[in-house]
Amino acid sequence: MTTMDMTPVVKGGGGPELNKRRRVYKPNTKHVPILATLLLLVIMYSAGAANYRNFDDPSVIVNLFRDNAVLLVVAVGMTFVILTGGIDLSVGAVISLTTTLTATLLQGGWPPLVVLPAVLLLGALIGAGQGAVIHFFKVEPFIATLAGLFLARGLALFINQHSIPIRDKVWTAISDYRIELPIGEDGVVTKPIAIVAVLAVLIAAAVLAWTRFGRNVYAIGGNADSALLMGLPVGRTKIAVYTISGFCAALGGVLFSINSTSGWALQGNGLELDAIAACVIGGVLLTGGSGFVWGTLLGVLVSGLIRTIINFDGGLNSAWARIIIGVLLFAFIVMQRIVTRKAK
Amino acid sequence: MGEQPPVLEMTGIRKVFPGVVALDGVDFRLFPGEIHALMGENGAGKSTLIKTLTGVYEIDGGEIKLGGAPVRISGPLQAQQAGVSTVYQEVNLCTNLSVAENIFIGREPRKFGKIQWGKMRRRAAELLARLELDLDVSAPLDTYSLAIQQMVAIARAVDIEARVLILDEPTSSLDASEVEQLFRVMRRLKESGVAILFVSHFLDQIYEISDRLTVLRNGQLIGEHKIEELSQVQLVEKMIGKELAALEDLEDKAQSNRERAAGAQPVLEAKGLGRTGAIAPYDLTIHEGEVVGLAGLLGSGRTELARLLFGADKPDQGELKVAGKPVNLRSPQVAMKHGIAFSSENRRTEGIIGDLSVRENIILALQASRGWTRPIPRKKQDEIVDKYIKALQIRPADPERPVRNLSGGNQQKVLLARWLITEPKLLIIDEPTRGIDVGAKAEIQKLVAELSDGGMAVLFVSAELEEVLRLSHQILVLRDRRLVEKLENTADVDADRIMQTIASGATS
Repeated sequence: MTTMDMTPVVKGGGGPELNKRRRVYKPNTKHVPILATLLLLVIMYSAGAANYRNFDDPSVIVNLFRDNAVLLVVAVGMTFVILTGGIDLSVGAVISLTTTLTATLLQGGWPPLVVLPAVLLLGALIGAGQGAVIHFFKVEPFIATLAGLFLARGLALFINQHSIPIRDKVWTAISDYRIELPIGEDGVVTKPIAIVAVLAVLIAAAVLAWTRFGRNVYAIGGNADSALLMGLPVGRTKIAVYTISGFCAALGGVLFSINSTSGWALQGNGLELDAIAACVIGGVLLTGGSGFVWGTLLGVLVSGLIRTIINFDGGLNSAWARIIIGVLLFAFIVMQRIVTRKAK
Repeated sequence: MGEQPPVLEMTGIRKVFPGVVALDGVDFRLFPGEIHALMGENGAGKSTLIKTLTGVYEIDGGEIKLGGAPVRISGPLQAQQAGVSTVYQEVNLCTNLSVAENIFIGREPRKFGKIQWGKMRRRAAELLARLELDLDVSAPLDTYSLAIQQMVAIARAVDIEARVLILDEPTSSLDASEVEQLFRVMRRLKESGVAILFVSHFLDQIYEISDRLTVLRNGQLIGEHKIEELSQVQLVEKMIGKELAALEDLEDKAQSNRERAAGAQPVLEAKGLGRTGAIAPYDLTIHEGEVVGLAGLLGSGRTELARLLFGADKPDQGELKVAGKPVNLRSPQVAMKHGIAFSSENRRTEGIIGDLSVRENIILALQASRGWTRPIPRKKQDEIVDKYIKALQIRPADPERPVRNLSGGNQQKVLLARWLITEPKLLIIDEPTRGIDVGAKAEIQKLVAELSDGGMAVLFVSAELEEVLRLSHQILVLRDRRLVEKLENTADVDADRIMQTIASGATS
């Protein structure tokens, strides 16, 4: 996939023959992983449509967004972190803390309009705290966010070990609300949480592509030392990405509590690993500096589609979902290695 | 030139590190529209001077004036704002981003907070065109060669309204045509009035591109000259200095050894051995009991040559024979099996393990060659270590002391002991006397002479010419990554003769 034309182009005006120009004709190596994921998705969908009745109904795709809304939102936050070359293990625990706290506060009679910003702020603060520890004390992100994982999970269990039902009117109203999308002949019904998840993807994509902050994220992931020497705000950006990840996790927790109208400290267990897997399958390089939110979206859809296929089949053990994701992860990590090595 | 006032004027710059005066009252001037080479050997104070200018170090004395006004430069960002931009040897850009982004990141043109990609690409292309570069500005930087990356770094530096551009060894990893391209860019910038401070170890390049040069030695200003007023030989003399020291008896000894070395068996023969980009193909034969010295300036390929003989780097051409048999030294382990030992120039980073004791450091290589499954009995260890502590006069003579606490000279002896106990047939020592005091230097030199007396072949690499002259039977002179001359160390060979070769290439 890397065809390079190294023919020197002689420039006019007496320029010496050595003024060579290396034009590169190839699909940008950055896009190879995401194209591979897209191809995989198309193949899986076609296979499903060919083998199962009603699989080609538009609701199958729309429902992917609904069923994976929480994972999608969390994976979007994770994308920011991984793009800087970091990792955030605390997101699953932050979800459990926010659902538990949300349910407890709502049951305690707090107004929903106070609870919502409060829990989102808490998530952002946890993220910012982890980011600050990582930046100022030069702690490995793995360790700092592992500490955050234990802390948040422990707090959630401390608040309540059991499932707490939510009877708040606003929460149940949002949970019961249905949105009709004009897709297909009869239209497709979906939930608000799916819309929120899609909005998160769109906003993240715009931020990463069109803002200085977004480009700084890529620069830091490419080479943090260079970024510093180029005068970029490395510390601020690092703390910001963990803040975003924490915020997204809290938002994921809120979506969870809306969807299930309950809060439970064991919710979101292991979700951080699903989010990381989605990013990797979507072509976001774990070493940082390369990847797109669109890839993360595709990664989430791939894992969702695997589950959908298993549901449609009925005869398959649900363990297959994890086995296939494991195989895909291996395949994609090896592919990333090969692509990045060729680019060198 | 010279009629205009200088854009940069540094006077009486003094910088002191604990125990060392790195810069001692150095003056330095830079005029607009000139390329000025800063010359000096390792430790002369070049990089310290540059770092005071880029704000990495604060000066302890003296004054820096930019455009006539005194300035205090307290950090890299402030230096950039004052108009001093630096491009380092290792390109400090983000290769995962596009060319245009690398030029503009942090300063992207924006509208309502949104980056204007089109405008950015256009401006990047314009800027590169001014440097006679025609690149695809939206391609990732890592699709271009290092030379191009370097020029993108220069484009970035120049766009930040640079009045002074510092190029710190920009050419060390470029090939000839890339250097040519860089020089064209430099000349263009010079015409536009930018003052360029250029550091390079390649004398020919200095003479090709520079207008003036300043020589430093041991933290002191040796002189500022117009390039046409100073020959290469004079320059090398100024850089190295002449300090014909004592130890004449050692020199005599080395001379007398030669007869015996001549009749001895070759330990190692290299034919056409080379590695692209590191060292041009060379022939080399080392006999038993012979000391072969490598002379040349820093960056001339001394270490690179030696590393090929130890399997630390892989040659991409040529052949190598050890004790008459062709060998392929795939790795240092293989070289060790063939009786070759290599004592690295980076004592601290590649040799000594500071937290381990003297005993453990000495035993390390022997243990490695036996394999870790057959530990050396403690009693045997103590015996060996005691023997070498005595023989090399390692002080303090305490085998259990962490090596970290020893002086540089004694650390070097520990390192030597480590290799000596493996009883190598060929000992390669790279810069064994760097950064150690005079007394320890003499002891190590004496040791090398004694080892060769005992029949060991030694390849001795040193930046100090006098030392090479004193110890070697045969001297190889390197220049610009090429072995340019082999000299029998006879009575008529002296430092001047070698400097001549270093300065001007082969002289036969």
